[in-house]
Amino acid sequence: MSLKVERAGPLALVVDGGRQGVRHLGVTQGGAMDWVALGWANWLLGNAPDSPGIEIMVGGLALVAEADVSVALAGADLGATLDGEPLALAEPVTLKRGQRLVFERPKSGLRAYLALPGGIEASAIMGSVTSTVREGLGGLDGFGKPLAQGDVLTPRQDRPSTTDRRLPRRDADSGQRNGDGEPGALVTASDGPLALSLVPGAQIASFSGTSLYRAFNDVWTLDQRADRMGIRLTGPRLEGSMSGMVSEGIPLGAVQVPPDGQPIILMNDRQTIGGYPRLGGLTPLACARLAQCLPCTEVHLVPVSPERARDDHLRQLARWE
Amino acid sequence: MTPSPRLETVAFDSLIVRLFDAIDESHMPWVLAAVDAIRERLGEDALEVVPSYTTVLVQIDIRRLSLGEARARLGEALASLSPRATEDGSLHEIPVWYDASVGPELELIAQRAGITADQVIERHCAHDYSVFALGFAPGYGFMGLVEDTLATPRLKTPRQKVAAGSVGIADRQTAVYPAPSPGGWNLIGRTATRLFDREREGYTLFKPGDRVRFVAIDRATFESQGGDTTPQPPAEESGA
Repeated sequence: MSLKVERAGPLALVVDGGRQGVRHLGVTQGGAMDWVALGWANWLLGNAPDSPGIEIMVGGLALVAEADVSVALAGADLGATLDGEPLALAEPVTLKRGQRLVFERPKSGLRAYLALPGGIEASAIMGSVTSTVREGLGGLDGFGKPLAQGDVLTPRQDRPSTTDRRLPRRDADSGQRNGDGEPGALVTASDGPLALSLVPGAQIASFSGTSLYRAFNDVWTLDQRADRMGIRLTGPRLEGSMSGMVSEGIPLGAVQVPPDGQPIILMNDRQTIGGYPRLGGLTPLACARLAQCLPCTEVHLVPVSPERARDDHLRQLARWE
Repeated sequence: MTPSPRLETVAFDSLIVRLFDAIDESHMPWVLAAVDAIRERLGEDALEVVPSYTTVLVQIDIRRLSLGEARARLGEALASLSPRATEDGSLHEIPVWYDASVGPELELIAQRAGITADQVIERHCAHDYSVFALGFAPGYGFMGLVEDTLATPRLKTPRQKVAAGSVGIADRQTAVYPAPSPGGWNLIGRTATRLFDREREGYTLFKPGDRVRFVAIDRATFESQGGDTTPQPPAEESGA
């Protein structure tokens, strides 16, 4: 009941819902960048949505089944194959001993999620197995190391998949509409700029009227400089009156604007406190969708109320109940 | 000065409690009192309570309550704060080997201040500092305030790698790097004390509100404490 890593690819990490209740110690959140996709992969196997899985960025990962084992995939289409045959992503698959599961390269989206029955076995560090490389916490070795050749992924439960679940198609069932920026079980291309929901707040009042107008009406382009800490947007230069701000705690999705006027969206592995003025925070749903976007993707920032954002969030959680 | 806390929305599940507008050591007892009041009033409804110099970030469990409900309860909790007694925090003595080989900016700070390197060390050790916040990295404590003469702006180009245990100054703040990391602070010495330990109860040596006293030690003592004497390469620029 395990999978051996034959080739690790650029970055494959053990992830779960991240570390909670430790931000005041300077420890980052970590966890699945597209937590919705991890949730769906786990749902397919009947796991809790934040059970540990593997976040596969871009592809390049090759796994060999050491015994029969059920797996489920969601998120990006990284051209997964089973013994060279394209793999359907919508339902759980049972690998036979010796079969090879390979992720080739991105066809749609950036990060795929692999779930195993019950989750993946690893020791929790500060309440989570999520691997944060910068901090040296979590992962299979406990010290944050990404997956490497020879690593073995062991499911927490020694059982075959018992569900007959299938991922919802991109329609009302999944809550996903084309281009609305809502993350789905599988990543699909958008017709135009993606709408990312942002709850306005923080230092938004310190920006000029023109800058605010442009922030919410212009199209933003994702920069090459993007990782698990933050994703830069390029577009109109945003200007404000604030300088020399005192550092304060930063929530997930915070849209901070350094002196160059180009926003950085702070993601799962962000620093815990920081001192740049912010427009507010993207919703976790928008962050999940953003995590699947390649550089040069165009996005809109769309203001939403905290109440609306909460309704959307709870609706997503309810889909897994 | 008794603060009048303001509540600001910063994300769909997070509020900032803003107590002050500027950094001052006298603010810490109030910030810590706010942390206590928030934890007591919200209990498990608060997922994160993150103090910093002038603020407390509160992330709530959105499954259990709305931001509006949290706002109302925080308002109640913060209505009658009294500052936490300063003696509640621990006092940590941190032995530091101050030396140009592990603290390449020791001389720069001395030059800027018009004093000798020994005087920089003396003055850095002369005060107990407050831990204002933990952040940047696990166990990294932002401390202050160092006296005006030692205040030095961050390096224009941060180092790619600062050694673990490095003691630095940025403006009027001072800190110790718990682990190797990039960093832009002016380095003046190194300690063998571990600031973050996954096996330690509570994980970090410092807590916000603790007091820290630096004690100068010689190379032999530093080595006997397990200190790493590998020299720290100078920053790319000089005399920033």
